Amino acid sequence: MIPDKGSKHTRDAYAEALLELGEKDHRIVVMDADLAKSTQTERFKERFPERFIDCGVAEQNLMATAAGLATTGKIVFASSFAMFATGRAYDQVRNTIAYSHLNVKICATHGGITVGEDGSSHQALEDVALMRLIPGMRVVVPADYYEAREAVKAVAYLEGPFYIRLGRPKFPVLFDEDYRFRLGKAVMMRPGRDVTILACGIMVYNSLVAAEILAGEGIEAEVLNVHTIKPLDEEAILASASKTGRVVTCEDHSILGGLGGAVAELLSEKLPVPLRRVGIRDRFGASGGVEELMEHYGLTPGHVAEAARSVLGRAA
Amino acid sequence: MNPLGSPAGESVLEAEEERALRERLEPICKGVRWDVVRMIGLAGSGHPGGSLSCVEILVCLYFYKMRHRPSDPRWPERDRFVLSKGHAAPALYAVLARAGYFSREELWKLRQWGSMLQGHPDMRRTPGVEISTGSLGQGLSAACGMALGLRIQHNPARVYALIGDGESQEGGIWEAAMLAGHHRLSNLVAFLDHNSLQIDGPCCEVVSLGDIPAKWRSFGWEVQEVDGHDVVEICRALDLAEASERPTMIVAHTVKGKGVSFMENAVEFHGKAPTLEEMERALREIEES
Repeated sequence: MIPDKGSKHTRDAYAEALLELGEKDHRIVVMDADLAKSTQTERFKERFPERFIDCGVAEQNLMATAAGLATTGKIVFASSFAMFATGRAYDQVRNTIAYSHLNVKICATHGGITVGEDGSSHQALEDVALMRLIPGMRVVVPADYYEAREAVKAVAYLEGPFYIRLGRPKFPVLFDEDYRFRLGKAVMMRPGRDVTILACGIMVYNSLVAAEILAGEGIEAEVLNVHTIKPLDEEAILASASKTGRVVTCEDHSILGGLGGAVAELLSEKLPVPLRRVGIRDRFGASGGVEELMEHYGLTPGHVAEAARSVLGRAA
Repeated sequence: MNPLGSPAGESVLEAEEERALRERLEPICKGVRWDVVRMIGLAGSGHPGGSLSCVEILVCLYFYKMRHRPSDPRWPERDRFVLSKGHAAPALYAVLARAGYFSREELWKLRQWGSMLQGHPDMRRTPGVEISTGSLGQGLSAACGMALGLRIQHNPARVYALIGDGESQEGGIWEAAMLAGHHRLSNLVAFLDHNSLQIDGPCCEVVSLGDIPAKWRSFGWEVQEVDGHDVVEICRALDLAEASERPTMIVAHTVKGKGVSFMENAVEFHGKAPTLEEMERALREIEES
């Protein structure tokens, strides 16, 4: 059974981490692009107004200004929705932040189909792929409130650019107050020997539920929380895949270029084993409730379990 | 030296200062121009037109106005310069070399494999380059970020930036203009290298820039206009900008390809290197000027 610890917003975790960082380090500067109420950077603004800069609805300016700020010795957190932080401002992120390996931490909220009712224009399904392609950019997709909070605090003191992808809805809580985030180290959530399920973000919880379903059918699924998409924890993934010989990836993102893409690249070169990717299948999003969308786009625990059966060659 | 400080005395003093300024800065400009032509000629590629049009602006910044230490490029109190129109890199490199950031010998390796001098400015490879640029419309934003960062830490250093005409068609320029105006970034001064040409032709035929001074004023900037090849006018404008309580835009009227007769106002020399024969001809012309 998965212990019920309730659910909390990863963006609240972001705000709390920023307050903690801002309290003890005057180098922390937070920037937003007219979404401070949604990204929760507003809480930092209230406490440290002199270290908060709102660029208005101008994400390209947000990113290039963040780069300039970083050259003056600041640790800059730049926030917007995942769609605009990575899509609208891609050139600025690539050429002005990442090419010079500047100390800008892009923390975007509203990643994935789980944005819900706002629909396709606001549902970033390619953001992880876009950021993963940039040399030197590290990409983190936290699975719950505690992991998000600790990841934000950790990346503040790791030199260079990061992309942290947070969600709009509350995520089920998986960890505790004492959770320790280690960049690039996957977290073993449930050991098993029949199939490996690699998940990130909100899909870690769904994968754990799927593992329960599979256990009822006599299938022992191993679930790894791959919170860091780049650098990928190749060692842990290959160890698990060589044990089970079957892999399923799960993400609230396109199956192209994100976790599924990264794992496919790794396995095809180093350990070719059967793979199924659970995620958005090269489609745009649409308006709807979170539950409805997860059902229609194939992200429910049932879909994960089905992918596991498929990769094991078993009919439902 | 007029003890009474009469207007006549002041103008004599001013004339002497101006002459001294010209005598000091103009030979540097001539040398930089020579370097730019040779760098691009030897490299066989690059952007001569827009490099030659901004020579006086860069020389006045690095040899007159900016407080900087070539032996300590990361000195925290230094004034910063951002070449937002990054394709004018040869002019910046020539000025940095003459200021002492690195040997002039490096100039002849422009754009070659392993060179510290990339096709566009690279802060990780070239001492004195404050931020990497090249993709247009981003350097002014970065300069705003620097100005904000310096202000937050009460650092008196100032930030200078140079943008181009064609670059002004990028939306990001106006996003930055709005932010700087809003924050009244008095520690920020930008130049527009207003040579009126871009790759596809005259700006007025490609996409008109409209009333440039009025645009910048409406975004909350102080605007000055100068002859961008007159070092005295540029230096005076830079002095005046220090008193401004708002960001300053200095619209510098320039000639693309300035100093080489067959490159002046010639659209094709935006991004085309001279042949070796043309290079020799251009160098002789600069030497004899």
